[in-house]
Amino acid sequence: MSAPIASSDFASVSRRRWLGAAAGSFGSAWLERVAQALASQDAADAPRAAAADAVILVWLQGGPSQLETFDPHPGTHIAAGTKAIDTRAAGVRLAAGYERLAEQMHAVAVVRSLVGKEGDHERATYVAKTGYLPDPVTVHPSIGAICCHQLPADGTEIPRHVSILPASWPARGGYLGAQYDAFKMGDPRDGVPDVRPFVGEPRVARRFAALEFAERQFAQGRAGVIEPLATQAATAAAKTLMASPQLAAFDLADEPRETQQLYGETPLGRGCLAARRLVEAGVRCVEVTLGGWDSHANNHEIHRELAEQLDPALAGLLADLAARGALERTLVVCAGEFGRTPKVNALGGRDHWPHGFTALVAGGGLRAGLAIGETDPEGSKQVADPHSMADLHATLFAALGIDRQREIVSPAQRPIKLSEGTPIAELLPG
Amino acid sequence: MGKRDLAFALLIAAGAILLVRTIALPPPRMTDLVAQSSPATESNGPATVWTEDVRTSAAAVDAAFERAWHAAGVEPVAQIDPLTFARRLSLALAGTVPALEEIRRFEALPAEQRKPAMVATLLSDRRVDDYLAERLARMMVGVEQGPFFVYRRRRFVAWLSDQLRAGQPYDVLVREVIATEGLWTDRPATNFVTVAIRQDQGNDLDETVLASRVARAFLGVRIDCAQCHDHPFAPWKQRDFHALAAYFGITQTTSFSGIRDQRGQYRYDDRARGESVAIVPRVPFAPELEPETGRRRERLAAWLTHRDNRAFARATVNRVWAWMFGQALIEPVDDLPVNDSAAVPETLEILANDFRDHGFDFKRLIRVIAATRVYQLDSRVASIGDDLPALVAAGAAFPVTPLRAEQVAGALLQAGSLRTLDGDSPLVIQFARLVGLQEFTQRFGDDGEDELAFRPQTIPQRLLLLNGKQVQEKTKSDPLNAVSRVALLAPDDRRAIEIVYLTVLSRRPTPEESAFGVEMLSQRAGNTREEVLGDLFVGLFNSTEFLCQH
Repeated sequence: MSAPIASSDFASVSRRRWLGAAAGSFGSAWLERVAQALASQDAADAPRAAAADAVILVWLQGGPSQLETFDPHPGTHIAAGTKAIDTRAAGVRLAAGYERLAEQMHAVAVVRSLVGKEGDHERATYVAKTGYLPDPVTVHPSIGAICCHQLPADGTEIPRHVSILPASWPARGGYLGAQYDAFKMGDPRDGVPDVRPFVGEPRVARRFAALEFAERQFAQGRAGVIEPLATQAATAAAKTLMASPQLAAFDLADEPRETQQLYGETPLGRGCLAARRLVEAGVRCVEVTLGGWDSHANNHEIHRELAEQLDPALAGLLADLAARGALERTLVVCAGEFGRTPKVNALGGRDHWPHGFTALVAGGGLRAGLAIGETDPEGSKQVADPHSMADLHATLFAALGIDRQREIVSPAQRPIKLSEGTPIAELLPG
Repeated sequence: MGKRDLAFALLIAAGAILLVRTIALPPPRMTDLVAQSSPATESNGPATVWTEDVRTSAAAVDAAFERAWHAAGVEPVAQIDPLTFARRLSLALAGTVPALEEIRRFEALPAEQRKPAMVATLLSDRRVDDYLAERLARMMVGVEQGPFFVYRRRRFVAWLSDQLRAGQPYDVLVREVIATEGLWTDRPATNFVTVAIRQDQGNDLDETVLASRVARAFLGVRIDCAQCHDHPFAPWKQRDFHALAAYFGITQTTSFSGIRDQRGQYRYDDRARGESVAIVPRVPFAPELEPETGRRRERLAAWLTHRDNRAFARATVNRVWAWMFGQALIEPVDDLPVNDSAAVPETLEILANDFRDHGFDFKRLIRVIAATRVYQLDSRVASIGDDLPALVAAGAAFPVTPLRAEQVAGALLQAGSLRTLDGDSPLVIQFARLVGLQEFTQRFGDDGEDELAFRPQTIPQRLLLLNGKQVQEKTKSDPLNAVSRVALLAPDDRRAIEIVYLTVLSRRPTPEESAFGVEMLSQRAGNTREEVLGDLFVGLFNSTEFLCQH
């Protein structure tokens, strides 16, 4: 199958739609191949010389305090007693409680000077996941959706964009379409939702037979309007998925006991382990969420408890990826939607603070073992070397070999760049 | 009592009722339902629905379409039968399919009375007010679910539903929404404004959110494109947007008096100049329609709903049309041409004028659209050679569009049961409907305020419909489920298949479909009749026909 090479996404999207419409009568196995050929053609438009082809986002929903995690200011009044520890990255210290992560910091870059305008959870989450401010006209795609849209499918039968333990706002496909939304699942221990039928094989076969008959009936006299609905393609893909050996990627039972212990036997630990298995199976982006960081009261206690889950899970993920030689091609990002106030409130809590907070970035060939930017030890809004979430996105796209300047025409007919940020130069290799 | 306690108490109560109902009370008249006889109907007179005056308005719309068909050289497809009409209208106005009970009642009427009777029944049904109120609320206040906002929004939807029920003219309703002062509990209309309260910024109002909603929901224009910079492809400038926001710029909220308009000036951050700029309120077009006196929000509301402000009626008609047809006359639904009347389809203009000239009567607009020939066109062609997409584009055939999440959920819950699920259903069913609806729509993927955009089906949706809990619950052997009742009560296999088709697809099976179903039932080696019927239900629940408006 040779498809003409398009120079713009708009052309390729409409070409895909046209192919979808033309393919309806041939069954969708053929369409799958075409879609893949097209996807690889799309990818071929921009030759990839990049190291990375997958992203794992460890998402800290609620706004973790930078001071009790990755940007401690020990001994200052804003630390409110929080201690710091040394790490394997010279001069980069973490808050006490991250001793396991400290062992992996030679492979991690700390961006401590993130700044944003949004102090509301939902809006700031949108900014973090899409790199754009919320816009009443357009829903921007999250970085995982863009990865699936821009990188080849390579015969992956399972969903290529997955959200494990999603919180309130799981990653969306935005203007790329709902087919790019993250596939949502809970604790991997409970398996993948809705892929196992409640009934036995003979009944499943009868259900599909009844469905296929109904589809043939309804298609009579409706040629040309059925195909864009993609119901048949969804059926075929669901059938493929239900029977796919790749589903094993979701099953942690194959993992040795000590690997499971390395990540910590918690939902987050299992989520991070599943994320590693999924990217090995060809999934482009996995977000694993740990919620509960919104510490308006009892800040220190909340952060101590969450660190007990986060420290082994994140450290285990980095160590395991490195040991398997997969860190080079996998970007690991750990961030929340904003930080928390340097000033502790009357309830022993910290409030929302988008004026200087931290993200961790590792793998994908980016530079590591260093810290970018600094926040003020006195707690002012002064930040050295400030960066926006959009800059972080642009950096990740550079590592993925995705052209951030590429414009996609949204359904509202606006050409929108994949990212309007500027890559953080100190993190780029070379 | 906390939310959990309440839910638990409800669950216990529901369980008790369920137990009593299942054991002690055989459902009344179910045998009547399955047999052909029908309970007597209390018709509220089709004559009152399609009055002479409604028919005249509908005829004007049809005449415009006929001219367009003639110009395009196309012949429209055939008209639909009353049952297809009932399904179409029920999905659009109530978010579910007709119950078997309703179908039986409906079919007891003389054929020519069925369509108008369906319109009359739906428009007097409380479910429809609630459902349309939710659609309006999405357009006006979106779907935010903040901790405080849940209650305000619920209050707002209930108020909208009451307004629709009382036949409040739409322009009056919109004026209240935009301009009301007072406490959100006592004056629910203020919740249009309270949505924009930003808790994280000292309860400050975000007037840009309000400006963007006013422009999109009530005028069908996207001035918000210009929020950050002048827009390269639209007539709007950044100042136009902020001048509109300025109408809300001095509105404040206090715990004592609620939403109030104060004195002062509105400033915005001009990003190009990098400074804060003071700006006075100014409407984006037709300034001559704005009154000179009154509070800022009152002036805006009066200008917006002025009978000569064509954008208001057009935007409303375009949206109601989209609810009923699954796609708007002008797509997207909130991006209409303002200064270029030539770009507005003649049909939209006719209906907008008609809506205005009949006192912005919302339900009358629905009656007029339902009475048109174009609303009653089939969604398929009679002969293979006809180019259906071209016919749909010319309005000479009805479009096939995916149902929204809440419509799929509503249709699933109704089709899984033979009895009508409405305000009169026992508490247990109501409760199940609510819980089932919310969970299902969340898993299916709710598009929030962007719900009128076309969305192809996704793989998780398909998996949910094939293997999800709700479908399993609705198709397993259970005395409350249609599956068990049909298996128990249908006198023979052919009749059983007919009831399944009426219940799920709101139509009778073709001879071929009937034969296919009877064959399925006869080959059931080792399975119960209920299991086979359950499999047929699941197959149909996954079909394009069930999952689309057509």
